[in-house]
Parts: sequence; C-alpha cells; structure tokens
Amino acid sequence: MLNTETNIAAPDEFYEALLAIHQDLTPDQARAVDARLILLLSNHIGDMAVLRQAMARARQGIEPAGHDATIAARA
Amino acid sequence: MHIDYQLLRFEYQRSPDQSAAQVAHHPVVVVGAGPVGLATAIDLAQSGLRVLLLDDDRCLSHGSRAICFAKRTLEIFDRLGCGDRMVEKGVTWNLGRVFHRDEPVYSFDLLPEGGHHRPAFINLQQYYVEGFLLDRARSLPNIEIRWGNKVAALDAREDGVELTVETPEGDYRILADYVVAADGARSPIRRAMGLESKGRTFRDRFLIADVRMKADFPAERWFWFDPPFHPNQSVLLHSQPDGVWRIDFQLGWDADPEEEKRPERVIPRVRALLGRDAEFELEWVSVYTFSCLRMERFRHGRVIFAGDAAHGVSPFGARGANSGIQDAENLAWKLALVLRGAAPDSLLDSYDAERVAAADENILNSTRSTDFITPKNESSRAFRDAVLELAKDCAFARRMVNSGRLSLPSTYRASPLNTPDSDVFDAPMVPGAPALDAPLGDDWLLRRLGGGFTLLHFGASAPTMPETVPAIRVVNLSTEEDAGGVAAARYDARPGTTYLLRPDQHVCARWRRFDPQDVRAALDRATGRA
Ligand SMILES: Cc1cc2nc3c(=O)[nH]c(=O)nc-3n(C[C@H](O)[C@H](O)[C@H](O)COP(=O)(O)OP(=O)(O)OC[C@H]3O[C@@H](n4cnc5c(N)ncnc54)[C@H](O)[C@@H]3O)c2cc1C
Repeated sequence: MLNTETNIAAPDEFYEALLAIHQDLTPDQARAVDARLILLLSNHIGDMAVLRQAMARARQGIEPAGHDATIAARA
Repeated sequence: MHIDYQLLRFEYQRSPDQSAAQVAHHPVVVVGAGPVGLATAIDLAQSGLRVLLLDDDRCLSHGSRAICFAKRTLEIFDRLGCGDRMVEKGVTWNLGRVFHRDEPVYSFDLLPEGGHHRPAFINLQQYYVEGFLLDRARSLPNIEIRWGNKVAALDAREDGVELTVETPEGDYRILADYVVAADGARSPIRRAMGLESKGRTFRDRFLIADVRMKADFPAERWFWFDPPFHPNQSVLLHSQPDGVWRIDFQLGWDADPEEEKRPERVIPRVRALLGRDAEFELEWVSVYTFSCLRMERFRHGRVIFAGDAAHGVSPFGARGANSGIQDAENLAWKLALVLRGAAPDSLLDSYDAERVAAADENILNSTRSTDFITPKNESSRAFRDAVLELAKDCAFARRMVNSGRLSLPSTYRASPLNTPDSDVFDAPMVPGAPALDAPLGDDWLLRRLGGGFTLLHFGASAPTMPETVPAIRVVNLSTEEDAGGVAAARYDARPGTTYLLRPDQHVCARWRRFDPQDVRAALDRATGRA
C-alpha cells in the first residue's frame, strides 16, 4: 500500500533539499535530475504494487494533450 | 567447397500436376521457401508426410537479413538434421556489451551456466541458414520443391483448399488438405484471404552496412548509445562468418533512405567507427524501418499462417526468424498427427493459442526494446539517459538498459495441451516449458529425446509401458548416466520422476512417479483427444 500519510520527519527540510538540487539548472538539466531521482527512489521502494499506485496518483487529473510518435500499421 | 548460396539459382521444372486431367491432391502444401517454410517442410517430411513446397522465386534470400540464431533454434535445427552445419559455419557468441558515449556500462552473458550443447547464439547469414535447410530438405525424398511457382489465388473450402499457381508456363491448380502460409511479411495469401496483420510502426530508420574486413573485435554483440562517432543515435556491431561485420546505425525518422544508402554517405559513417585508416569493402547496404504487428488469428480453417506472414517484430532481439522457426516446429507435429488421423483437427487450434501468445510475448519484448532505443518523447529520452548514466555505478539500472532482449523460447503456460501439476516441483520445467538440455557423458539430453512424444524417466531402469498406452519413446536416466546430476537438478528429479515431452520437446506433464493411467490421460490431452 502506498503510504500517503506523513512519513518524512522534517517535511520543510526535505522540500528545501529537493529544490536545492535543481538550483541553476536549465529545464532539461532539471528533468535529468528528476529522472534519476525517480529511478533511484523507485528501485529503493521495489514493490511494484506500491509503485503502480504512486504512478497512478501522479498521473491523476492530467488529461493527455500530447501524441504518440508511432503509426498504426497494417499489412 | 565454398558455395555462394546467394548466387544459387534453381530451375523451374514443369510438374506432372500442370497437365493432369484431374486437379492433383496434396495432403499439405507449404507456401514460401524462407527459413520458416523450409523448416516446416523438413519437420513434416521427417514424420513421414509427403510435402509440396512452393516458392515464387528461384533463389535464396540475399543481402542482409537475419544473422542471430538462438540456442533454441539451433536445438530445433539439430532435430531437423542440420544443427551441426549451422554451428560449424556460424560465429558462436554468448556475450553482449553496452556502451554509453565512450564508456562501457554493462555486459551480459546470455548463457551464464555450462552444460548446454548449444551456445546462446550463433551469427550466420540468413542465406546460409536457408542453404543448409535447403540441402537437408533436398535429401528427404518426400519433399518436392517447386521454384518459380507462385500462389496467385486460393479458394479455402470446408473440405480442402484449391490453390491457383502461376508459373512461367501458365497457371495450374492443386488441391490441398492443409496449406501452411509461410509467404513472408507481405503474405500474398493473407491478402488474398482479406486478412490483416496489425500493430505499430516506429518512426525511426536504421542503416545496415555489412562490411568485409579484417578486424580484431571479439565475437560479441556491441551496442552503443550516443557514441562519439555517431552522436545522439545508437549503433550495433556483430561479427558474421567470412570476415563480414554487421553495423547497424540508427538514423532517425527524418533520414532520406535513398540518400543514406549511397556509398559516399555510408563509408564515412563506417570510418567514423573503425578509424580513418580502416580497410573494408561494403558488402551490402540497406535502410529499414520496422513494425510490431500480428494477425488476430494464425489459423483460418485449413490455411495456417507461420513466421513473418503471421507476425512481425523489430530486429532488436532477433525474434523474427527465431520465433518463426518455433512456429514451424509447433505446427509440424500437430499437422502430422491430424493428417495421419491420430488427432482431431481441433489440435490445430492449440497452434493458434500457443503461437499467438508467443507472438505477443515477442512483440512486448520488442516494443519495450524499441521504446528504449528510440525514445518517443522528451520524457522517455530523459529516463533513458538517466538509466544509462546511473548504470555506471548502480547495479539496478544496468538491468533496465534495454538494447534488445534476445530471443528466448516461449513457455506455453496456459496451453490447453498441458496437464496441470498434481505433484510438487520446484524446477522451472513447468508444463509448457521447452525442455532444457543437460550433458550425459559424451551425449546430450536433447539429442536423446528424438522427435516424437517421449517419456523422460529418472530411475535405475525404464518403467514398462502397458499396451494400453500408445507406443512412445522412453528415455531413462539412471544416476550413472546423469553422472554430474545436472539433468536431475534442472528437472528437479528424484528416483521415479517422470516427464512427458511433446514432439517439439515442450513439457506437457510431469509426476513424481510413473503411472501408466496418468501418462495415457496426459497423452490424450496433449493430442487434443481429451
Ligand atoms: C535487417 C533485418 C535483420 C534481421 N535480423 C534477424 C535476426 O538476427 N534474427 C532473426 O531471428 N530474425 C531476424 N530478422 C527477421 C528475419 O529475416 C525474418 O523473420 C525471416 O526471414 C522470416 O522468415 P519467413 O520464412 O517467415 O519469411 P521470408 O523469409 O520472407 O520467406 C517468405 C518466402 O515466401 C515466398 N513467397 C512469397 N509470396 C509467395 C507466393 N505467392 N507464392 C509462393 N511463394 C511466395 C518468398 O519468395 C520467400 O521465399 C531480420 C530481418 C531484417 C530485415
């Protein structure tokens, strides 16, 4: 089960550290940091059911407005 | 003697069917003499059937197509009587290396344990594979191959399929009980029947340069993401026989395929990889795109689709020809039993169930690899690059690096032909799994299994089969024979452990002790009679 209760002892300190690692970065660099962070944390959690719950919550309420770069194929 | 299989041309010969008063009848017609059609024909002929193989062309495949042939395929070729030639000619390899920019990030051994007769992979040009299969097919008197015979139309009826065949001397007709459509990705038979293969095409293009040179790269699969000599794209290098190297450059969707094939464009790309002074000759150049797709069903009454006609994947993972050969072997024994009246026609539905599931597994793996190699948007690129960067010092990320998950045989877990376990086992040889090899002194377990239903029994002596059980081959493994205990370990065997293996060497049932009633029931189930 994904824990959505407070689990970090010092939330303000965590948030400050999270912003700090993005300081002075371009959007691309920031995205690279985020991607690494997500991968590291996901592996640490390990539990696929928890990860899926977190992914679903992250995606919640965001309506897709982009497109997929593959083409439907028929042969 | 060296034979250039690419240059072989086969005679079109008039067959008596073309002037027969009555439309000639054939139990089974295989359409397409590619690797899949050839393997199907050999397998059918080995079980005693008369097979007609038709091909519209008069030569084997040429240029760069499949090169990587997997362990399971080699084991099938062993059963088809041409495994040794393939392995002797092929370049054996087990190791893959992945580089990011100019740093090695990861390497994988595809066969980390010993005790297998065949290596994880060999690299061998498709024209050799087809050539060796063809040589084998020609040694079997009950296969007739007709070159320059193109299936132009077909009428699939309840009681048989009438084929209209086009030849240089005009059309003729034949009647078949069953047709195996192994007529390739564009499958004219599929089209003639109004059927489709559906899926996705990836927006990317790849350049293949096969170059002949003397080089001292080891016989390994090397894959680069974003190397300095080809920035932002990937490159794959493979060694082939005859001093030929396959280099596969990712080009991106916007590349102009015609332009990119010109030697003036290709040579600098190759030089960038090999070094300015490298001496090489271009053997073959092509630009390809690919799709992951399959037909909804592979069986349509008496017409059964196999290989590229039924499904398609990206080349990363070498799952095209390898999976097609597994289609062939799955289909051949079933068709042989049905045609001999030893199994009901419904047994052929299990081909559809098992191989559609296998195609889905291949497509899933292939799509995942492609999504890694060709990120579809900025965020997939960010994650891809993050995985590659982390892989330098984080073990978990290395497992996510996906440059192609190389072909493994499918386990038919949900097959209707399986008898579910009633005893407890902890080996991976679940019902539906392909049998694992093991060393038996100078011999190998898979070589001992043969090509029919086989009872593999572990114990001091073979059990006696009562007459109520149809005659099947019994292979008994005593502890003396399985001296290293490798077979017993791989099959989690104790004295009395009994496996029933299908003609395609997949497990269909297993027990802790031999009971003829159980064997009989499992055989009935595995042949569609239960
Ligand atoms: C660049 C590239 C690299 C690849 N690498 C690998 C790899 O490393 N490993 C791997 O496993 N796979 C690989 N593949 C895939 C592999 O080449 C194919 O999956 C394989 O050739 C499929 O075999 P097939 O017998 O189904 O079809 P094909 O080889 O296409 O054979 C079909 C045959 O049917 C004949 N035919 C067509 N229409 C008719 C008709 N109307 N009447 C009579 N005959 C007809 C054709 O002439 C042909 O001989 C690669 C493919 C490409 C393009």
